[in-house]
Amino acid sequence: MSANPHHNVEGDIDFVAESKSEEFQELRRTHRSFVFPMAIFFLVWYFAYVLLADYFHDFMSIKVLGNINMGIFLGLLQFVSTFAITAAYVSFSNKKLDPKATKIRERLENQGADQ
Amino acid sequence: MNNLTILAAAAEKTTVGNPLVNIAIFVAFVGVTLVIVLRASKNNKTAADYYAGGRSFTGTQNGTAIAGDYLSAASFLGIVGAIAINGYDGFLYSIGFLVAWLVALLLVAELLRNTGKFTMADVLSFRLRQRPVRIAAAISTLAVCVFYLLAQMAGAGALVSLLLGIDSRAGQSLVIVIVGALMILYVLIGGMKGTTWVQIIKACLLIAGALIMTIWTLAMFGFNFSELLGKAAEVAGNPEILNPGMQYGKSETSKLDFISLALALVLGTAGLPHVLMRFYTVPTAKEARKSVVWAIWLIGAFYLFTLVLGFGAGALIGPDKIKAAPGGVNSAAPLLAYELGGTLLLGLISAVAFATILAVVAGLTITAAASFAHDVYASVISKGKSTPEKEMKVARRTVLVIGVFAIAGGIGAQGQNVAFLVALAFAVAASANLPTILYSLFWKGFKTRGAVWSMYGGLGSAILLIIFSPVFSGAETSMIPSIDISIFPLANPGIVSIPLAFLLGWLGSITDPGTEDPKKAAEMEVRSLTGVGAEKAVDH
Repeated sequence: MSANPHHNVEGDIDFVAESKSEEFQELRRTHRSFVFPMAIFFLVWYFAYVLLADYFHDFMSIKVLGNINMGIFLGLLQFVSTFAITAAYVSFSNKKLDPKATKIRERLENQGADQ
Repeated sequence: MNNLTILAAAAEKTTVGNPLVNIAIFVAFVGVTLVIVLRASKNNKTAADYYAGGRSFTGTQNGTAIAGDYLSAASFLGIVGAIAINGYDGFLYSIGFLVAWLVALLLVAELLRNTGKFTMADVLSFRLRQRPVRIAAAISTLAVCVFYLLAQMAGAGALVSLLLGIDSRAGQSLVIVIVGALMILYVLIGGMKGTTWVQIIKACLLIAGALIMTIWTLAMFGFNFSELLGKAAEVAGNPEILNPGMQYGKSETSKLDFISLALALVLGTAGLPHVLMRFYTVPTAKEARKSVVWAIWLIGAFYLFTLVLGFGAGALIGPDKIKAAPGGVNSAAPLLAYELGGTLLLGLISAVAFATILAVVAGLTITAAASFAHDVYASVISKGKSTPEKEMKVARRTVLVIGVFAIAGGIGAQGQNVAFLVALAFAVAASANLPTILYSLFWKGFKTRGAVWSMYGGLGSAILLIIFSPVFSGAETSMIPSIDISIFPLANPGIVSIPLAFLLGWLGSITDPGTEDPKKAAEMEVRSLTGVGAEKAVDH
């Protein structure tokens, strides 16, 4: 293993002060403002689908296109929404989260290395 | 070679295709992966090498390995067969298995990578009292791994009868021993690096094989999916096969059972210890995110293939013929492969199915061994005074013990109905692990008592409910049909055990009189989001 300049940085950082800093609170807000609503959305959408498939057979048996019925159509839509949420999260993280997180991390690591 | 001729002779009676071809392709897979494992093992010096592959895999490599770890033989043979026979209801599984990855992506993967080292317990005990939390986390890790492992090993025996035509108990046991011995060899020598490469190769083979079969099947229907569905319904002689309800719509109990299963599937994945451990094999949280993204694409594509293959098997072979074949439901995919590409494609798919079992059991074994050596031995038994060398020695011994146990369990479980074990593993992961993971990552008020209550409560209630369910006793399909202690009507405990574990986590925390270190809580929060002080990749 190589000597890692950042390895024991944590001991020197005042994490309590850092966690209360405006910069960190902003990162925390940004993170939660995306992941919490999105998690609630996909869970509600998934269970709505489960309940439809479980209790509303007639609705799910309606033909949409040829032999493709509502059940298969909505099931495939679950795949589409999963892929879409994944792509949206990646783009959000790259644009909004990573720059903020990197800034704080680099500041803290430099601060630790200076001491 | 003697064994091969015996196997071949036994096979002529019941199987389609040529067992020798199946075996030859599987032996080639074992040969190639063994060479790679041996080469990968040269750099296994530190604990980070052995448990986490030196944290030097890329997001793409790890994502592929995650797919290889996650897509078990059950999800390939099982889902294709379930769709072929139960139609739409088989498809419901794959949706839960896929959507579940969003929990891992949004809420768990990156934060876990930033705060942990080798195991799930590292994260859970970060700011709580080490000893009780680590022990509880290790017990639930071992429980999930053992349930999953037994299901895979028992599945190996069933697969043998199907693909090699070995019906005798001794023959099946021999194959379980071979699979178990290979698994021990891979994990012992290759550690996490070797295991990862086996999983990557297997994932490529499995997904490529499924893709070829999917295109082939669609081509037979002029790439018209609707026509394929129509033919499946016609062959089944039942248009209901395209609609939900054939499996879960039978009664109000079975409907409720399905909700319970859906809950465990969607919340269990992000609590599976062998999945969580894979996030430590990449250098940064950003690579952990890339891993999950790549895994979601691969797993999603694969489940779309199984939809085509399931209805394709229904259309081209027919549910009655599948049910009558040796291996029953599980034979849908191999029979379809034979129908499409004859002996060679069947051989390829059979070998892939074996490779799948091998890769999954290897991943489970290294996870269980790491948890025992790192959480129980190093942190609890020797109270942090152990050296990394000693810890790795313990890990290797644990691999041996678990390997032997898996072989014995696999042989013992032959002919038993153990399909419920996979669902139980998901239910335990969703009840014992996920609530504590989420609480400790997102709720500052979470305390040691909450973690301990939630983990033991989730684990205990899931297992107890299974014991008192028709899965265990009281019905013809039960594990022990001769007695009847079934008082809980559902086969899936999740609907009770998951909310209970969340409740216990909250209740335990607000009643815990102990104060926890606010410094540790702040450190965990800052580290989880920024990655400061996260474990770095090993430089060789």
